[in-house]
Amino acid sequence: MNNPSKEKVLARIREALRLRAPSPAQIHGRHANAPVAEYTRDFRDAMPPAGSNDAERRAIFEANLDALKGQFVACKTAADARAKLEALCAERGWAKLATHRAPLCEAVVPAEKSPIITDDGYDKNALAAVDAGITECECLVAQTGSVMFSTRACGGRALSVLPPVHIVLAKRSQLVGDLSDAYALIRAKYGENLPDCLGFITGPSRTGDIERILVLGAHGPKELFVFFIEE
Amino acid sequence: MSSPLTRFKAAVADATSNEARRDFIYKALGGYYVSRDKNKNNFRDWQKARECAAQTKYESLNNLAEELEIFSKKIEGRGGHVFFASTPSEAREYILKVARDNGVKKIIKSKCMTSEEIHLNDALEAAGTEVVESDLGEFIQQLRKEPPFHFVFPCMHVKRDEINTLFQENIHSRDTNNPAELTMIAREYLRQKYIDADMGITGANFIVARDGMISVTENEGNSRLSAAMPKIHLVLVGIEKVVPRLEDLALFLPMLATAGAGQPLTGYNTQYAGPRTAENPDGPEQFHVVLLDNNRTQLLADAEHRDALHCMRCGACLNVCPVFKNIGGLSYGTTYQGPIGSLITPHLRGTKNWQHLSYSSSLCGACTQACPVKIDIHDHLLENRRNAATLAPSILWKMIFFGFNFIFAHPKLYALTFKIAKKINPLTKLAGKVPGTLLYGWTGTRKLPEPPKSSFRERFAEHKKQDLSVR
Repeated sequence: MNNPSKEKVLARIREALRLRAPSPAQIHGRHANAPVAEYTRDFRDAMPPAGSNDAERRAIFEANLDALKGQFVACKTAADARAKLEALCAERGWAKLATHRAPLCEAVVPAEKSPIITDDGYDKNALAAVDAGITECECLVAQTGSVMFSTRACGGRALSVLPPVHIVLAKRSQLVGDLSDAYALIRAKYGENLPDCLGFITGPSRTGDIERILVLGAHGPKELFVFFIEE
Repeated sequence: MSSPLTRFKAAVADATSNEARRDFIYKALGGYYVSRDKNKNNFRDWQKARECAAQTKYESLNNLAEELEIFSKKIEGRGGHVFFASTPSEAREYILKVARDNGVKKIIKSKCMTSEEIHLNDALEAAGTEVVESDLGEFIQQLRKEPPFHFVFPCMHVKRDEINTLFQENIHSRDTNNPAELTMIAREYLRQKYIDADMGITGANFIVARDGMISVTENEGNSRLSAAMPKIHLVLVGIEKVVPRLEDLALFLPMLATAGAGQPLTGYNTQYAGPRTAENPDGPEQFHVVLLDNNRTQLLADAEHRDALHCMRCGACLNVCPVFKNIGGLSYGTTYQGPIGSLITPHLRGTKNWQHLSYSSSLCGACTQACPVKIDIHDHLLENRRNAATLAPSILWKMIFFGFNFIFAHPKLYALTFKIAKKINPLTKLAGKVPGTLLYGWTGTRKLPEPPKSSFRERFAEHKKQDLSVR
């Protein structure tokens, strides 16, 4: 579709910018007597702590996930994760799971329990009706207790958000410090060819829209499990 | 049609006299202050983070035209569409055309303030399309047929009992006033809407220009579902929301969550680059981004107030504003409420009709202090007043000042006027308490002071008569 306003808007922007605005440092330094240095854009050391070694990162991630009301499940090996998942299914009475084609998912999710593999295509109503969606992830972020997802690592867009429970399978080596690390990892892995959708899942779905009272499971998953595989 | 000022005055009188509602707003914000402070303190250097954010936004705006061109190329390279809309009607027409061309009957919408700006829902409904708001707060406001009260917490003024009644009347739910149960009722009701929708409309918190992505921040997952299930994903966003690269989000996402909602990071922060790619099992077949100007370039041209375009709509300035907390968001009559709304609305919709908002501020500076991108909000409100003063005055204004000038330039007339004024003071006092009269706006809530027994001029003459030396 032709877009007659594109050049008009861009021209207006260029015209508007012919007059330069004072920089933030100039504006906010105007009440001070001393000249102000330009602000930097290097923000990393200003952000919340992310841990400087593996043990610290793990402790921060666990604490953050717990504060978000996500559930951290430590597993020694993939086989251990499989046993813990089966126990969870038995406890909750889950019979229908959905997952995608990936090494960890294949090692952990019992095939007879997962009628939906999103890579093979799926019916939307059927996916909405499963007990839990199980995915891998790009990485875990200690700083915020987040799971980084992408369409490529998590079996598409819907699997990690449509089912009522989301279970993430991650290896210890996938834990990174801060959000900057997470983006660096994506950049190194995909280069120019980024996934069509990526981002951070931070705890289960939540809302405070009614009287600012926290309720979990507004539209997305009511529960978020992270199976943390140590091997 | 009454003027925005008349409506503002009436709404403010109404809102401020409802003390129970004001208490409710204060209480609702109480928890936010605690969690915001806790998360701010978890930053190793919040002030430095603010400086970095301000600098990044400043540099992005200086490059705006180039950034938007790169963004368009990247999106189009992945098979998406970018449409520049100069005016609200251009944006509406494009969106209606996309809907028409694809036979869209049902639309699921996630929170998008720019769509409030262009009254998109009305246009889509008039064209016979079903539009459902999916953000819980927006859904409640849609059922109430009321605009958002606060651009981040749309229904923070609504009590649970009112929501109970609203749901029973509109979606035939059972009787409950438990917030968790009410949320589940909305969840069940909206679930099928995502699956059945032909098109999902979302806003965007950031345009990640050089990576050709848009970023959406939310807590509920409704935006992710709106962008995952329907066959078309359409994004409506203001042209100013640019950051250069994904890496910049590592700064902005935690700041937005902390300042806006008192969270370390909101539930879902998602970046979208285009329609579904071949290796993915799902996602939309079409991806459209509508970039809205709607007078933003006019604000951009004002170098003094350009930093108002740094705003990422976190709502922190509303949450701390003593005026907002007492008059409430609906009184403003604008898309964007609170201090930032008072600052930008005169720029976007005309100083003549909206200058009164610049005066509805105590200039206490709480907004400036709260702003994560360091917009000089309260100074700019004062400068807005200066700008308003340069407008051509009204006839009444001219007459008042002509009279003032004339009386003060003629000593005899001056003396006479004040003698008369003193005589009729009790009458003036009485008249001042009658609503609707000329002085009522000032005297309605203030006492007219008693005039002194004798004026300076009278006493001067008296002294002279008694032959006292006066130097």
